[in-house]
Amino acid sequence: MARTLINVPPKAKRGQTIEIKTLISHVMETGYRRNETGVAIPRDIINLFVCTYNGTEIFRADLHQAIAANPFITFFTVATESGTLEFRWTDDNGQVETASAKITVE
Amino acid sequence: MADESASPVTRRAVLAGVASVTGFATLLVRRAEATPEMMRAAIHRLIGEQPVRKGKVTLDIPPLVENGNTIAMSVAVESPMTATNYVKAIHVFNEKNPQPDIISVHLGPRAGKAAFSTRIRLADSQNVVAIAEMSDGSLWSDTVEVIVTIAACLEYN
Repeated sequence: MARTLINVPPKAKRGQTIEIKTLISHVMETGYRRNETGVAIPRDIINLFVCTYNGTEIFRADLHQAIAANPFITFFTVATESGTLEFRWTDDNGQVETASAKITVE
Repeated sequence: MADESASPVTRRAVLAGVASVTGFATLLVRRAEATPEMMRAAIHRLIGEQPVRKGKVTLDIPPLVENGNTIAMSVAVESPMTATNYVKAIHVFNEKNPQPDIISVHLGPRAGKAAFSTRIRLADSQNVVAIAEMSDGSLWSDTVEVIVTIAACLEYN
């Protein structure tokens, strides 16, 4: 569906708060625009973004049409243990895009 | 001159017709943007009737933006983010886009810091409101008035 870009620090100290940056390419079509022939372009946006850390949900966002194209979201989490962060975007057509990043906690 | 009352198209009928067409047009224009009432309804739908206090929330968004299609926005909430005192959710609303919701994020004590940032679209100069839902159920907000010179959403391809 789309290209993603994730920025998670590869190493962190236990208990440290880290910043996570995510970007996905997506038109985020609002459903309010029309094409050259005046036909409404159907709505197609990413409406859900979820991040899990070793299987536990740490961040979830419900997105609406007011989110700009190519949604960019940054947030924070506490580095608790080494493992994998998984990212999951779901759009109006039910298409799901996933990405993951490894982190080593010392 | 012909008898006016006998004519099928009277001045009164024409005026009434014009008035209803204008009214209809206004209605169509209105339909495309969320009004402050719609924003209130959206807030009500998400968080209910509890009182919302000002403070604790910092909504960071430029007060003057050139392009409404992509505006950097970040929200930070003052909170110790411990297991018993943390921010549950942050909701952001607007007044004049076609839809009043922007984003709702759900966090927990594991976030460490109650903040996020993203990029949004605004269709017009308007107020943007961020509301934070705390673990104890209290609600805090911040409002920023944004002036947009080129609006999003309304342009054609």
